[in-house]
Amino acid sequence: MSLVLKKGNEVVGEAAIRSGCRCYFGYPITPQSELPEYLARRLPQVGGVFVQAESEIAAINMVYGAASTGVRVMTSSSSPGISLKQEGISYIAASQLPCVIVNIMRGGPGLGGIQASQSDYFQATKGGGHGDYRLIVLAPSSVQEIADLVKEGFQLADTYRNPVMILGDGILGQMMEPVDLGSGDVGELPDKPWAARGKKGRRSRNVINSLYLDSEKLEQLNLSLQKKYRLIAERETRAETYLTEDAQIVVAAYGMTARICKEAVDMVRKKGIRAGLFRPITLWPYPEKELRLAAQHSQAVLTVEMSAGQMVEDVRLSLNGEVPVEFYGRLGSMVPSAGEVFEEIQRISKKIGEVK
Amino acid sequence: MALVFDRPKSLTDKKFHYCPGCHHGIIHRLAAEALDELNIQQKTVVIASVGCSVLAYDYFDTDAVQAAHGRAPAVATGVKRASPESVVFTYQGDGDLASIGMAEIVHAAARSENITVIFVNNAVYGMTGGQMAPTSLMGQQTSTSPQGRSAESNGYPIRVCELLATLDGPSYLARVSVHDPKHVREAKKAILKAFQMQIQHQGFSLVEVVSTCPTNWHLTPVEALEWLEKKMLKQYPLGVFKKIEGVE
Ligand SMILES: Cc1ncc(C[n+]2csc(CCOP(=O)(O)OP(=O)(O)O)c2C)c(N)n1
Ligand code: SF4
Repeated sequence: MSLVLKKGNEVVGEAAIRSGCRCYFGYPITPQSELPEYLARRLPQVGGVFVQAESEIAAINMVYGAASTGVRVMTSSSSPGISLKQEGISYIAASQLPCVIVNIMRGGPGLGGIQASQSDYFQATKGGGHGDYRLIVLAPSSVQEIADLVKEGFQLADTYRNPVMILGDGILGQMMEPVDLGSGDVGELPDKPWAARGKKGRRSRNVINSLYLDSEKLEQLNLSLQKKYRLIAERETRAETYLTEDAQIVVAAYGMTARICKEAVDMVRKKGIRAGLFRPITLWPYPEKELRLAAQHSQAVLTVEMSAGQMVEDVRLSLNGEVPVEFYGRLGSMVPSAGEVFEEIQRISKKIGEVK
Repeated sequence: MALVFDRPKSLTDKKFHYCPGCHHGIIHRLAAEALDELNIQQKTVVIASVGCSVLAYDYFDTDAVQAAHGRAPAVATGVKRASPESVVFTYQGDGDLASIGMAEIVHAAARSENITVIFVNNAVYGMTGGQMAPTSLMGQQTSTSPQGRSAESNGYPIRVCELLATLDGPSYLARVSVHDPKHVREAKKAILKAFQMQIQHQGFSLVEVVSTCPTNWHLTPVEALEWLEKKMLKQYPLGVFKKIEGVE
């Protein structure tokens, strides 16, 4: 194992290269521009393709084209740019093409700000584009986890022929931490007999398409997509728990916010309050079972987000009224402090005490 | 008996769905003949766009990718960059290329992406029912310019070849038409030339085909040919607008 000190955004790029990704298409936007800048340097060194597209719309459609040929391909952006990509993402999902899309979220709505935020959760997990489709959404909370999840993301994308989104935030992208990037030996990449690169003697044609004018055929496509999504939901949920075994109060948070909440959990533990942390790593599929398990002996779940309350809906759905769910959020790129979360946990603890 | 006329190898046996007198069918055939003659069918990927020709992926006997409205040049860029040994061409209408997809076509041309574009200019949005296109002529009545296209409310038609010819990127830009046998032969030559440019790594090539849409022009096929010759060719003169030196 060899550790290097590296910025989150750059680690996305290096991890992609070490996952066998040789094509990147993107458009500059803060706070993720270090990523395309890094790849503009690195990809030519490994014989890869880097194109600065004319827009995010063009970039995602280049991804669609490259993915159609069966190569590992990535794009990245931040919130407003990800909004622009949505039509293309819907096409990619419908055509069942593998790719990795990175969203280093910033505050919105509109042009918003350039600082970190988590207000694109709905867009990422509920389908920001049109139609019944799903992205596999992975939410790292450290630079090391960025490296691990980018690699895993490329594998999941290939396994399920599905777009994968890495959902990070501006702090994670900008932060430097020691990271083990691994060897970069991905072995043989999976065969893609469906890829459109020219028939080369094949009898049948490979056609990448999402148009089905016949409603019955379109329903069939949708049913097969739904079947795939159910399979992913059964197999691919990931979550981390911290001190939840005896927790009366479980704090649910993802990404950067989860790290702040962990600190708050340690702080309240010192005061004798039994709190724990539940951190979903897959935001879709949402680790519902894992959350129910983590919260089974608790009296309250506190969801903390850098948004007005988006993931909290999945927390409520998972727990289905079994445990009361509270919410604390800061908006517009304001970051909740461990102190604020500490106060919230204390408040809830008192409330639970009163109820008893 | 000698066979003198047959379907090009690069077309499937699927029947075209195009209206009587529509030029899409002729243009498909010319593109397919070019793929046959250059012996590139087996490595070609066609990028179908959104418009009446959306089903091009059913007609060309090649691998295919269907692109979102206007984005075919970006999709072609992705295919070609990831698979440079493939021959990649887009087939796009004027709404697709010159309206919603103007950014993609200009930038693919400026980057000199080594792809070929077949651009069908019929002065209307065919598929959606004959709305005004960026190429509709002054005074032309369409379902969204019922009083005729006017400068005050609609501005002026766009000449794509002339516009792209201002760029350094393109290797070959030509405007042709297929309204009579002589012009069909010339169109064929231009399409061949455009593919040759790609095969010889010369960068972006585009052939604009001035074309009919009798259905949405509300004319018979014969009247449509006359309208094309009299009106369209005045606004869209035929010719070669760019051809880099030294390639034969
Ligand atoms: C994003 C988006 N906007 C609008 C449409 C609807 N639409 C389908 S075809 C078309 C016009 C195509 O016209 P043109 O490119 O001129 O091709 P033609 O049908 O004339 O061959 C439009 C607007 C669409 N499919 N997608
Ligand atoms: S509507 Fe116009 S462009 Fe479309 S097939 Fe008919 S004639 Fe051709």
